[in-house]
Amino acid sequence: MVTKTKAEIMDEDRIRRTIIRIAHEVIERNRGVKDLVLVGIRRRGVPLAERIGRGIQEIEGERVPIGILDITLYRDDLTTIGPQPMVQQTKIPVDITGKTIVLVDDVLYTGRTVRAALDALMDLGRPKKILLAVLIDRGHRELPIRADFVGRNVPTSKREIVHVKLKEIDGEDRVIIEETNRLFNQPYN
Amino acid sequence: MGLNRKDVLGLQELTAEEIQLILDTAVPMKDILSREIKKVPTLRGKVVATLFYEPSTRTRMSFELAAKYMGADTMSLAVATSSVQKGESFRDTAQTIESMGVDTVILRHSVSGSAQYLAKIVKASVINGGDGTREHPTQALLDMFTIREKRGSFAGMKVVILGDILHSRVARSNIWGLTKMGAEVRVVGPPTLMPPEIDKLGVKVYYQAEDALEGADVINVLRLQLERQQKGLFPTVREYHQLYGLTPARLKLARPDALVLHPGPMNRGVEIAPEVADSPQSTIVEQVANGVAIRMALLYLLMEGGSSSEGIS
Repeated sequence: MVTKTKAEIMDEDRIRRTIIRIAHEVIERNRGVKDLVLVGIRRRGVPLAERIGRGIQEIEGERVPIGILDITLYRDDLTTIGPQPMVQQTKIPVDITGKTIVLVDDVLYTGRTVRAALDALMDLGRPKKILLAVLIDRGHRELPIRADFVGRNVPTSKREIVHVKLKEIDGEDRVIIEETNRLFNQPYN
Repeated sequence: MGLNRKDVLGLQELTAEEIQLILDTAVPMKDILSREIKKVPTLRGKVVATLFYEPSTRTRMSFELAAKYMGADTMSLAVATSSVQKGESFRDTAQTIESMGVDTVILRHSVSGSAQYLAKIVKASVINGGDGTREHPTQALLDMFTIREKRGSFAGMKVVILGDILHSRVARSNIWGLTKMGAEVRVVGPPTLMPPEIDKLGVKVYYQAEDALEGADVINVLRLQLERQQKGLFPTVREYHQLYGLTPARLKLARPDALVLHPGPMNRGVEIAPEVADSPQSTIVEQVANGVAIRMALLYLLMEGGSSSEGIS
């Protein structure tokens, strides 16, 4: 597969401002931080959830519980993809029943990851409400799923890959679009 | 990631990396056991069959539970009430099961090498649930999971395997696995129950329980397999207990925080004193839960994957 970087769509400053804005929106929608739990989808949803959590703490002065969701066992493509993804732990520090959950992921594309995440959450309890926050919405949904908080809408073609790079994992904060020579699903990360 | 193989027949053929992957995958699986909803949809539509030619409580139940928690359907062939009693050959039984669309077969059989044979004649994945005196890989993996969970790693750990080494597939699988992971394995038992040339597997051989237990980090006590002891390999059960039974006094020779493992079922008062079996150092009850987690991990890792590198988002 041939790939080349086509454009940088977010730099470090823009990512920082966007996360602060999402933090404000989450508080506004929830009318505060009561019963709020942020849940990041592995991998890059996790540092994003932590950053939104820090943003909320700076604004409201209160810590919001942050969980990590591993959706591997709930994926619908396990028998068609390879290599097989490593299953990791799901760690949510509180009982989610009755809580307002904000699911956090880096890129919203087909919606299949979110579908898997919703099923995984439902097996852990019965939240009062689940909201979805993503840094990038790149379109091409295959399921009736939409995000409640969007960092940036980026129209893409299916030949492109959106790469969200985060310091905690990739050593830099940057969002780039890469072009490939074939139809490609957003890589599982 | 994933085990790039159709079957898991023993730890002899697994690499250290593969063992590590299985143990790592069992960690999130164990979390599922403590949830209210103990079920994930991962193996929905798959069928796991248990084919047990020897008695078993925990291995069979553990595999069936593991398969169910992973979302698979299970079916078990009770050999005592099956067509095996009408003289159906092992091969024909295997092919009958396979033609029903089974994806994974768990086999227990009294003949060493039977799992290899089954793996060759069926397309389904085969997991060895114990073959003769050769291997019992899932037991060794759950023992290793228990040790790693309590101690963090295997490097330099002094692990004693105590008892009837000769008849023990659990001992052999543990030896293969633990030596690959860098543990120091000591085997100890009566000379008549010690296989010749066992030292070639990279273990230290002892005949005095006290010598082997000195400074041990882990003691894996083997069941005295009374059903396989018709040849007078030791005088009496009582004498065996006096010389090789893990008593509170002998346990004191090991490190104060040494773990006591036993694959079950226990002969209390024979290979292990009841006080030791029920002591805080004993992991015997936890091993059972860990066994389910290990088997869930294996069923997941043997699931067929494709060849592209695509994902979802």
